[in-house]
Amino acid sequence: MEFLSYLISGISLGSVYAIIALGYTMVYGIAKMLNFAHGDVIMVGGYMSFCAMSYLHLPGWVSVLVGMVVCTLLGIIIEALAYKPLRSAPSLAVLITAIGVSYLLQNSALLIWGANPMSYPPVISGTLHLFDGQLSISYVSIITVTACVLIMLGLTAFTSKTKMGKAMRACSEDKGAAQLMGINVNRTISLTFAIGSALAAIAGVLLCSSYPTLMPTTGSMPGIKAFTAAVFGGIGSIPGAFLGGLLLGIIESLAKAYISTQLSNSIVFAVLIVVLLVRPAGLLGKYVPEKV
Amino acid sequence: MKMKKKIAWSDYMTYIGVTIAFVIVSFLKKGGALNRSQLGLLVPICAYITMAISLNLTVGILGELSLGHAGFMSIGAFSGIIAAMSLVNVIPYDGVRMAIAMVVGAVMAGIFGFFIGIPVLRLRGDYLAIVTLAFGEIIKEILTCLIVGVDAEGLHILINIDGSKTASDLNLLEGGKAIIKGAQGAVGTKTIASFTAGYILIMISLIIILNLIRSRSGRAIMAIRDNRIAAESVGIEITKYKMMAFVTSAAIAGAAGALYGLNYSSLAAAKFDFNTSILVLVFVVLGGLGNIWGSIVAATVLYILPEALRSFADYRMLMYAIVLIVVMLATNSSKAKDLLDKLKPAGKEEEQ
Amino acid sequence: MSFTFERGKLAAVPSGSVIPERDLDKTPILETRHLGIDFGGLHAVQDFNLTIGRTEIAGLIGPNGAGKTTVFNLLTKVYQPTRGTILLDGMDTAGKTTEQINRMGIARTFQNIRLFNNLSVEDNVKIGLHNQKSYSMLAGILRLPSYWKQEKAAHERALALLSIFEMQDMADVRAGSLPYGAQRRLEIVRALATSPSVLLLDEPAAGMNPSETAELMETIVTIRDIFQIAIVLIEHDMSLVMNICEGICVLNFGQVIAKGSPEEIQANPAVIEAYLGRKKEE
Repeated sequence: MEFLSYLISGISLGSVYAIIALGYTMVYGIAKMLNFAHGDVIMVGGYMSFCAMSYLHLPGWVSVLVGMVVCTLLGIIIEALAYKPLRSAPSLAVLITAIGVSYLLQNSALLIWGANPMSYPPVISGTLHLFDGQLSISYVSIITVTACVLIMLGLTAFTSKTKMGKAMRACSEDKGAAQLMGINVNRTISLTFAIGSALAAIAGVLLCSSYPTLMPTTGSMPGIKAFTAAVFGGIGSIPGAFLGGLLLGIIESLAKAYISTQLSNSIVFAVLIVVLLVRPAGLLGKYVPEKV
Repeated sequence: MKMKKKIAWSDYMTYIGVTIAFVIVSFLKKGGALNRSQLGLLVPICAYITMAISLNLTVGILGELSLGHAGFMSIGAFSGIIAAMSLVNVIPYDGVRMAIAMVVGAVMAGIFGFFIGIPVLRLRGDYLAIVTLAFGEIIKEILTCLIVGVDAEGLHILINIDGSKTASDLNLLEGGKAIIKGAQGAVGTKTIASFTAGYILIMISLIIILNLIRSRSGRAIMAIRDNRIAAESVGIEITKYKMMAFVTSAAIAGAAGALYGLNYSSLAAAKFDFNTSILVLVFVVLGGLGNIWGSIVAATVLYILPEALRSFADYRMLMYAIVLIVVMLATNSSKAKDLLDKLKPAGKEEEQ
Repeated sequence: MSFTFERGKLAAVPSGSVIPERDLDKTPILETRHLGIDFGGLHAVQDFNLTIGRTEIAGLIGPNGAGKTTVFNLLTKVYQPTRGTILLDGMDTAGKTTEQINRMGIARTFQNIRLFNNLSVEDNVKIGLHNQKSYSMLAGILRLPSYWKQEKAAHERALALLSIFEMQDMADVRAGSLPYGAQRRLEIVRALATSPSVLLLDEPAAGMNPSETAELMETIVTIRDIFQIAIVLIEHDMSLVMNICEGICVLNFGQVIAKGSPEEIQANPAVIEAYLGRKKEE
């Protein structure tokens, strides 16, 4: 029963990672850039919903929407101002710019809200007790997992069924060819950033609901973990990000419980390394050898 | 051989430039023109310049993105501290202990670089980058669990996996001393790092890297960067030369770590996190990939910048972020390039 | 093989010279037996048998997608063959890597040029000389006498090799900024620098104008005569192939459809069909 409760908390944590990783993987797939600022968008989402709830006293679901709207706009603005001018620049230049954006977001948050952690009011409280109270699952966990599955299914349907989604896949395969087929590449990339950032906002709310301390660096580690999850599952692959996120959360939770709290991140990363050695393109990624 | 001479000339200019800077700063230091906080920056600047030079070998010369370079720095720092502290009673000369610490730091980081290189160098591109990031974090967490002490019997090392152990579990003999105390990191370190040691380290790193680039091995490394398949086709052993670059880079980072570590009386492993790796990467990219002199200048300027922005108080890191973004946009965006071209007098196209 | 090559000697050879037929060393240097590779279910190359003489110039032709470059990739172990054997000077090359194959004596150029773009022309050639030099990394860093001696030799050798295409003056130019034709020539020089016994040229004349092609044609023959090596070339320019190749092999859909002298190939109905399509049945 103890194992089961660790497993459930792992799935719940993994679902948060998966939601972030889904955004990450889409942005990577289309922009081919490691967007290190993604984690900080999570933090912004967290603060926005926090402000909506604490200062404006809006209901939980409205504050989630507020967070999503702000982050979507933020994502579009970041893309337009910082990344779009660098479309043809070397990837390292884009990476450093992303790091600059990440610093910018963190330090803006530091100036606005200060360095002290804020305690995040739960969006949903309450716990479900099963087996005569031997196993308890918080409603937040249930909602997190449900949201994650819905988002994954939604994104899969979106990218395979809709015109915009297909345009997105076309752009990630070959931007030049997509443009020749009449796809507006810039708009498609903006849309991808918008979706990724909205997902980050949702993840921010869910993350802060489970771990209710909010500070300017809240997003960094989950951002890196989610990136790891996306690579783990095969970067660019939507089901891969979902699977990678879940596995990462479960491994982390179980490692914390049974091996070592101190080394839990190390264990997660060690698993990633082993997976990449066996499957160099991640669990569900396609390995494309260079053509000679 | 115009370009040949130009290359040799630029190498010498780098040595001369570093030396002149060293001499000037030494005079300022002697003359008391530097305040306490400025003096405190000297050794870290030397350490970070060396870090930037060494990371440029991996990122600029070998062409592989490494996001975990701080890991090698921390291995060097901690092994250097252990070496220097356990020799306190054996070798009375600070300079000699400092040199030994840097060598030990370099060797340890080199050994780790080799073993980490085995899996890492099999991967490519962003996958390689994420694995270096992973190793950097793993090293940090493991060092956080490390408890080391020294007494008459020699070194005592504990790995504090479950968080229950403390320095007293080392059971040191009378007169023994704990050097590293888990999450607290190194404590009570005798600070023996000096600006001169930093200068010597930079010069040695420069000689190693600049001479390497102009040699057969260095050409092989750059060939792999430019075109791996072609390099293979002319008989270059890819793994061997990738490893050579990676291990050399790690070893120099280790020496830089030892210098850095022995500059502070206490130092936690958490200092060498992902952000430190990124900090050094920013130096390398802004200085120019493969441009060693650029790395030196960028490391110096960007390390001083946050200090210089102190008058902006709380806004300084924000300013730093903005400077970073603006510089990247100005130097890399196509629009900025067009603008620069228009400003340039016609017909005077710059080379390369 | 012994390798003597001086600049003076090169200039003395009249351009366009062809070794008289009786002097051609026809003992095989390269031999493939039932060579084949599958990509998924596709037989990209199958049952490929070829014997190349020690100083032969051979042509590998065929329509686009016939598997010509794949044959080169098999010979240099960029791809490991699914079936068959490759013998180089009688030695089996099974299990060898690309880099080992080069050291055994096969050098190549690439259809889509693969130079070390950020390095100088001279450095590109020096990288080709990599395995002929032996000083260690440490000797290089410490600049020991062996470094200076071998670097000087490498420098002279690189210039001598560049002189084949009269490219000595470009030695300091960045390879990536060379014009297209010069890039193709530099690739040949770089391959030659590795001191091969078999040189594989993948579309050496691609993108060249007729006069450049004619010049290249002469140089290829000169290279064979001076270095005494076998050359296999993939080429779409029929005048080049027919003029300088002693033997030609035609591939279509991964299979050899004809082999023989240029005259035999030109008269072969299967070849004509592969290139021009089947005549309408009347």
